[in-house]
Order: sequence, then structure tokens, then C-alpha cells
Amino acid sequence: MSASLELTLSPAAPIMTTAPSRSYWLVVWRQLRRDPMALASALILLIIIGAAVFAPWLAPADPYKASMLKRLLPLGSPGFLFGTDELGRDMLSRLMHGGRLSLLMGVVPVLAAFGIGTAVGLLAGYVGGKVNMIIMRVLDVFYAFPSVLLAVAISGALGPGMSNSLLALTLVFVPQVVRVAESVTTQVRQLDYIEAARMSGAGAFSIIRVHVLGNVLGPVFVYASGLLSVSMILASGLSFLGLGVKPPEPEWGLMLNTLRSAIYVNPWIAALPGALIFITSIAFNLLADSVRSAMDIRR
Amino acid sequence: MNQTLQSLAPVQDRGGPAQPLLVVRDLKKRFAVRGGLLERPRKFVHAVDGVSFSVPKGKTVGIVGESGCGKSTTARLIARLLAADHGSMIFDGEGVEEYGGIRLKEFRRNLQMVFQDSFASLNPRLTIAETIAYGPRVHGLPKAEADRLARDLLARVGLEPEQFGSRYPHELSGGQRQRVNIARALAFNPRLVILDEAVAALDKSVQAQVLNLLQELKTERQLSYLFISHDLHVVHYISDYVMVMYLGQVVETGPVERIYGHAAHPYTRALLSAVPSMDPDKRTQASPLTGDPPNPINPPGGCRFRDRCAHAHPVCEARQPALICIAGEPAHQAACHLNDPRSGHPAAVQEMQP
Repeated sequence: MSASLELTLSPAAPIMTTAPSRSYWLVVWRQLRRDPMALASALILLIIIGAAVFAPWLAPADPYKASMLKRLLPLGSPGFLFGTDELGRDMLSRLMHGGRLSLLMGVVPVLAAFGIGTAVGLLAGYVGGKVNMIIMRVLDVFYAFPSVLLAVAISGALGPGMSNSLLALTLVFVPQVVRVAESVTTQVRQLDYIEAARMSGAGAFSIIRVHVLGNVLGPVFVYASGLLSVSMILASGLSFLGLGVKPPEPEWGLMLNTLRSAIYVNPWIAALPGALIFITSIAFNLLADSVRSAMDIRR
Repeated sequence: MNQTLQSLAPVQDRGGPAQPLLVVRDLKKRFAVRGGLLERPRKFVHAVDGVSFSVPKGKTVGIVGESGCGKSTTARLIARLLAADHGSMIFDGEGVEEYGGIRLKEFRRNLQMVFQDSFASLNPRLTIAETIAYGPRVHGLPKAEADRLARDLLARVGLEPEQFGSRYPHELSGGQRQRVNIARALAFNPRLVILDEAVAALDKSVQAQVLNLLQELKTERQLSYLFISHDLHVVHYISDYVMVMYLGQVVETGPVERIYGHAAHPYTRALLSAVPSMDPDKRTQASPLTGDPPNPINPPGGCRFRDRCAHAHPVCEARQPALICIAGEPAHQAACHLNDPRSGHPAAVQEMQP
């Protein structure tokens, strides 16, 4: 008995000599720490988010205080580092305060769609058959419209306002997340380890919780993180069209709209909110890409 | 070995040694080939078409056949991973999922399966120890005991628990992963283990180690195996009984030495002669089997092998041969008119004079 055990052990043992491995997320974190692109985009996002969150304490001036005498001052004017807008309000303060709403409208719809979409996608993918067909065909109707058009249509139908545009954006993203979650679940469901789990006599809920969810969440999370930038741009677009946040509330998309007329007077000021939208969404995208490759260490 | 110390209680033998552990009767499964606008089933693939056999206690039954002959479907039907269209199963004298019989959860505890793809059959997000402990926990073993059981079993299949328990599947080699799969199956204290091409993806030296481990475990834990493989050498080595399948049906079944020594069905003979001999002088140049198996969507009437058979005769087209005993060998059965004196086949064996 023990002799044969040694016999079977000897060829297997020398292959692995390193210390026992750590948790999956720790490995992902280590991978991310070594990625300069991930670190750079994380740093940029941290600065932007920090500036937005702490705007009431950090902002040099009141973002609502207008002055007819100080309209459209150029960049670097004394007292106004980023100049002033068309009503003489401090641009830096408005940009910092505007980040609060813009980031909120970028993150909240994606989070909501991530939760709802994953649940619906898991249901459709795991149950399969007719349930799957009905859910996916209904969502295909939403999917058939370009997301900008859909967001504008829903927002327009519900009427302007921040909560309505959040709802509209969530509805735009849910079908996309469901589609990813459903396809990953369908793939996972066919794998042998699901059959092995069924052989163990476990119920469907236990199998989904232990064996399906952990393997579906990763790809869906990566996909959803890529939606953050899209959501921000769409939210800004809605505000630009007057369907989102209402003036005088500072919000990047809305600021872009109101500064439109100033583009021939002081193009640099007019470009600032757009540049911030651009930088933030690029940083979100690059970070999402890095997370995607860091998570792909399984094979 | 104190293997059952902290594990699930071993299952009691009910039927006694003469009762086969598993009796399968007339198992049938057809898959719909969907097409058209409304995805209505148009045609059916008869993957398993009336398979009956039994697994004696403590024995290994090997199932061989070409790919697509229904071996794996048979395994999945027995494990109830697929619902059978027709047929019944008796596990140690009790009907499976029948009134007064054995319940599905209990049946599955008695029967475990090891799959071919060692990577796909392990959850990539669970550690090895978590994977093995999952099953016993489903059956109500406390976490600490399930963990200890997992580590004991890892040691038993030749993997150092301290070193491997907290690893993830991608950090193991194919042979190590297959040992983990075996340990997971053993965690239930099963009586029957279905090995679906379990060693097919391993290289030869690792294959031999795993086969030896399986043989040890079989005697140690009084296991019965249903060993599905296309590798005739491996089946010869491990099996007590062999069942040959062709196009969803059993064409021949019997004790391993009878099948390998005195095959009665032309298909079995062709299959065996396709194996390269270890003796170079005995090797043949001619291909023993030509063509592909017929389309299982529309299997030919009569004998399904007749299109490729050297002994085909009009009677083979007219009637489908039944699985009948070979004269003088009650355990050896074949489905071929050649073995039936009353079949009307001109080359059939003559009736023995009493």
C-alpha cells in the first residue's frame, strides 16, 4: 500500500516546488501593480474622482457665483486658474463640481445594469430553452436601436431630469450586459464541472452560487467596466441636448453645451469640459483593458 | 486505511453478491435535429437505441466503440445527466427514481463520474480542496470534516495535501488534475464509478499510473467501474467484461478474454484487428474497416453494420439480428446472424447436435 503510494507520488512531486498559491484576486492585483498603463490611468482617475468628491472643500470659488464683468477670462487669469465661463463663473470650481454629477451618471447606470443584467443573464443562460428564447428576443428589441438613439428616446419620453436620464441609461445598458452574461453562462453551463456538481446532488441554487456565478462575474465585470466611459459620454450627451441635468447645475456635458457659443471667443475654455470627458473615459477604458488582461491568467 | 472515519457513511449492500450492482434495460435516447423557422424538430438522431446490460458487483465493465457510437451518451443517461426517452435502471435491486425505489440524490451519491477533460471538469475558481469538499458538504458533512476528508483523499490519490490542497486547477498537470477528479468522485463513498474516457487525454506513462491507482482503489473500496474508452489496450487491461457498441446499439458483450480471444461479431473482429499488434510479423497492411458508420439520423434497416460487413447477405437487410448467446458460452452474447443457426444466413454456424 505505502510502496505503491510512493511509486505514484514520485513523478508528480517535483513539478511544483513553489509556495502554495494565493487567492485569485490577489494574483490579479499583483498583475495590475506591474502594469504601467493601469497605474497611470488609475492615478488620473483617482485625481479626477478625488477632485469631484472633495469639490466643496477644495474648490477655490463658488461655482454658482456669476459676474458680468469677468466673463470668459482666459486660462491663467489671476484668481481664475482655468478662466471663467460665459456668465463669469470660475471654471475650475465648476469643473470640479461638475465631475460629481458626470461621474455619478457614468457609474450608477452601469452598476445598476451590472446587477440587473447579470441576474437576468444567469437566469436565461442557466435555464435555457424557451425561457432563454423569450428573454433574449425581448431584449433584442432594445438591442436593435443604437444606444444613443435609445437613450435619447427613453429620456425624451420620460422627460428631462437627472433620475430619468439615470433610468434611461440603465435601460440602455441592461440588454448589453444580459447578452454577455447569458453567453458566458451558456458556455459555463455546458462544462463538465457543472455536470460533476449536478452529480453531487446539489440543487440548482447551490450550483449557480458556487460554480456558475464566480466564473460568469469576471467577464461581465470586465465588459461593464468598459461601459463606464460610454455611460459618461451618453450622460453628457443627454445633458448637452437638455434632457439630463438642468442649468445652472454644473455638469460637464451641460457646460459643453452652454459654452458652445463662446468657442469663437475663447476656444480653450470651451474645450475644457470636453477634454475632461475625454480624459476620464479614456482612463476608464485603459483601466478596464488592464483589468481584463490581468484577469486572464487562468490558462 | 481509515478512509471512512470522517466521511459520509458507506452505503449498505442490499441485494447480496449475486445481485448485479446496476441493471440497465432497454435504454433509448434520441436527439432532435431542429431546423426551420420555428425550430420544430425535423429529424432525430438515435444516439442510444435499446441498450441493456448489467454491471456485476466489484467488476469493471468496459464499453468500446468508434466515436459517435453512443458510449458517452449511455454514460450520461445512466448518471441521469440526460433524461432517457425510454428504459429503466435497477441499482442493487432497487428501481432508480421509481415508486418505492432509490431516490435520485441517493442514487447519485452511489454513482460518480470521472470525465475525459480533466480541466473542464474542475471549477477554475475553486481550489482543489474546495472542489473535493463540495460534494460531501452538499450531503450535509460539516465544513471542517469535509476539508479533512478532502485532504485525506488527496493523499490517497498521491497528491501531497499541504502542497496541492490550496492550488487552482490551472496550476496542475493533466495527470494530477485527473487524480483530483478521482478524489472528488471518491469523496461520496460511491459504489459505481463511471470513467468516461478518463485516461484518454493523458500520456502513456501517466495513464499507467492512473490505471494502477484505479485498480488499487477498486479492491480497497469494493468499487465497480463502468469504463468507457476507445483505447482497446486499456480496456483489455482494466476490464472484466466488455461491451462493444455500434451506432447506439450493443453488438457484442462478454467476458474480456472471450471478446479479445474469440470475438463473434464481424465488427468486433474488425475493431480488434485495427489495433496495431505488438508483434511486427502479425501486422497487416490492409485496412480492416472501410467507410464511415452510416448516418445515425436514418440508420439502415436490418443489421446496422451490413454496409461495411464482409459477410453481408440479403437476410442482414431483412431482419435485425438480436443479441443472442454464443453456443456454449452463456455470458458471451453477439448480435449477428452468423451466430444464429436459424437466421437463414448461409454462412451461419450449424446447430449443435445434442
